[in-house]
Amino acid sequence: MSSHGIKDRVAIIGMGCTPFREHWDKGTDDLMIDAAKETFASAGLDKEQIDAFWFGTAQSAMSGVPMAAALKLENKPVSRVENFCATGSEALRQACYAVASGAYDTAMALGVEKVKDSGFQGLNAFPIPNDGTNRTLTAAAMFSLVLPAYAEKYGVDKDELRRTVARIASKNHHNGARNPRAMYRREMDVDAICKMAAVAGQLSVMDCAGVADGSAAAIVCRAEDAHKYTDKPLYVKALSFVAGNGSGLIDSTYDYTTFRECEAAGVDAYQQAGITDPLNQLAMAEVHDCFTPTEMVLMEDLGFSKRGEAWKDINAGVFDLGGQLPINPDGGLKSFGHPVGASGLRMIFEAWLQLRGEAPDERQIATADRGLALTHNLGGYPGEMVSFVGIYGTELG
Amino acid sequence: MRGIISAAGYLPYWRLERSAIGAFHGGRGSGTRTVASYDEDTTTLAVEAGRLALKGTTAEPETLWFATSTPTYAEKTNATVIHAALRLPAATAAFDSGSAVRSGVGALRAALRSSESAVLVTAADIRTGPANSPDESAGGDAGAAILVGDESAGPVVAEYLGGASITREFLDRWRTPGDARTKGWEERFGETQYLELGMTAWIDALSATGVGAAPGLDGTESQEAVDHVLIAGPHARANNGLAKKLARSASVDHTSTIGNAGAAEAALQLATYLETAEPGHLVALISLADGADVLIFRVTDAITAHPPARSIADQIAAGNSGLPYNKFLAWRGTLVPNPPNRPEPARSSASAAGRSIDWKFGFVGSKDRETGAVHLPPARVSFEGGNVDDMEPLPMADATGTIQTFTIDRLAYSPSPPVIFAVVDFDGGGRLPVEICDTTPDQIAVGDRVEMTFRRLNQSDGISNYFWKGRPIR
Repeated sequence: MSSHGIKDRVAIIGMGCTPFREHWDKGTDDLMIDAAKETFASAGLDKEQIDAFWFGTAQSAMSGVPMAAALKLENKPVSRVENFCATGSEALRQACYAVASGAYDTAMALGVEKVKDSGFQGLNAFPIPNDGTNRTLTAAAMFSLVLPAYAEKYGVDKDELRRTVARIASKNHHNGARNPRAMYRREMDVDAICKMAAVAGQLSVMDCAGVADGSAAAIVCRAEDAHKYTDKPLYVKALSFVAGNGSGLIDSTYDYTTFRECEAAGVDAYQQAGITDPLNQLAMAEVHDCFTPTEMVLMEDLGFSKRGEAWKDINAGVFDLGGQLPINPDGGLKSFGHPVGASGLRMIFEAWLQLRGEAPDERQIATADRGLALTHNLGGYPGEMVSFVGIYGTELG
Repeated sequence: MRGIISAAGYLPYWRLERSAIGAFHGGRGSGTRTVASYDEDTTTLAVEAGRLALKGTTAEPETLWFATSTPTYAEKTNATVIHAALRLPAATAAFDSGSAVRSGVGALRAALRSSESAVLVTAADIRTGPANSPDESAGGDAGAAILVGDESAGPVVAEYLGGASITREFLDRWRTPGDARTKGWEERFGETQYLELGMTAWIDALSATGVGAAPGLDGTESQEAVDHVLIAGPHARANNGLAKKLARSASVDHTSTIGNAGAAEAALQLATYLETAEPGHLVALISLADGADVLIFRVTDAITAHPPARSIADQIAAGNSGLPYNKFLAWRGTLVPNPPNRPEPARSSASAAGRSIDWKFGFVGSKDRETGAVHLPPARVSFEGGNVDDMEPLPMADATGTIQTFTIDRLAYSPSPPVIFAVVDFDGGGRLPVEICDTTPDQIAVGDRVEMTFRRLNQSDGISNYFWKGRPIR
């Protein structure tokens, strides 16, 4: 069994992303139309010229029909995909493979989530009939298990670690304040975040991703055709996905300081892309900062920091906008909120802007000339999650 | 010889200081009452008592009885939940006996008079009334279980000598199903009735068993006589009055610690008595509820070899009397606080639950026969080595474990937030992330020792969703 990847066989030639907001005045259809319109324009294609569609939404729609109906597609294949919070990335992954297979010349991946119509705070999973013995903990509480475990394992002072993850939130808010598409555009300092009341373990609401509606999309084609549509395509270097089997929940060797699925997806993606020194080869990474401890652990799982040292690198500013490897330069889930189906594609949209030199000056990264960006998207909980890692580059080879 | 093989009581962890009731409404109160937690109902109280009663015995009851005045389900048998949680054989019949206070002693009497080798009698009650009602203050929540049987099923610690029952229809206390409030007739009327009925049953019981009323009182020193009396019943004045008439003081009095446990009171008193009973002593259990029932036992030598798995005295001592009155009111539904703005849990699926009886009710996981890897819940495919369909069932209800890490969830839906949740590693293998109950956020720590307890996670569409939680070992 091998994961061969499709390095340099598919290119992203157009992208779009709506502002992420509490869109009280827009429904799922509106968000899809807005993202698709921007994406068609970006690629210079109309909907008739797209051969197939992958439609990522976790809970806002079922089947391909809602997307076909919203965009009034005529006799087109539309597949709805869902893979927890990595749904948007999964849509792109499927679209890329379809083009790589030769089945289609062009394909669109679109992710959308209309979260704010539920009437409840936070994200809420659609209940699947079960025997009633499943955990009913919030994601915040599950991820809050990381901090005490990490502090214990690496001998880090609990209060210092708490400030470290608050620094992650502060950094992402700093970046988000420079992004008009972000939902929260206010900077937050570390002290203010630490002062807030805990909602789960040591985490306050400011350690959690926001809740927003949004949509993002990409159009892909065969790499050799990319320059027909754009001078600055992004070539797909790696697409990796791991669905965990949940053993972390019942395996007493699992210690809550790592996400095994993310580490495995990272290793596979680096192998596909031929990356050996991610910290210095990548220009930037967008990672799934659903909660601040998640981003900290991901720095180690994705090989940016040595085990037990991410907290030091974070405090040293390695991952700041002007750091050695900018992480979440767009503001991350922290600033954008997390419309589940859209987030994965929103991350890739930032790679699209940064590597093409189209990000606004105030958040344009200095490392863009490295020409490679990584996006990481996870869904589920420590011990039981799915993880996606994608790598994209400006050059072939 | 037929009689009691084992007896146990289960007291919930929480206590309400009666002074807390008085402090709110104006008034006085002394002592405490036991309070079932928000995740306990009479069924779970009976399960816990049943587990204690069956510990250390090998008897397989042919019948399980469950008596309560506050059943969780009508129409559906509650005893089947207890049957599943105790992992009794399918051939063991399970029946509810309800829903009057007298049903507790009635089930015990039926078991003693049956010819089955072993019968498990469980009883539990949650005693509540409207705020500031006498029942709210004087009631207590508890479960009790008595394993009755012949010597063939196990050593008999208290031989049943016989007894008597008197039945009379009269109105003393009554409650319409669904109502929280028990109404009562003028107290003196019931008292008069009970004193007469109690005396009649007492004399009949002595005559039926041929024992004397009290040591030395019958003029025949050689005649065996009742050494101790226990008096159970919802009418406190009648209970005290009968004791006075018998010129005895009751040997068990839970008034200042537990309160009156309703349908479980008779069995609870009996279990308490047996914890300190001496071989050869005779005890009469008198119940005054819609009539009078007297059961007389002789404690045997076997009592010394069978100490309780967890004594009621220890449980009284281990209680937490820090329960605020507002929380008590919320747990009983008297006060309805604003819930977290999260969707309420969906009802559990009957067919899915039906497929996982052993796990959901019995807490039985599975163990890989080759690698020993423990799976909670049970699995067909092993996470270690990948063996397929090579597992054996692994009962874990009595396993103890250690908290590896924990969190306090103030966002999750719970009938009583916040949720306290821990990753527990069991001694001898197996890990489960599980809710921890009967504790407070400031009490819990990594390294704490935990045991498992049967609870009701939530209710939806009238369906009670039962499963297990961790509880600090105290």
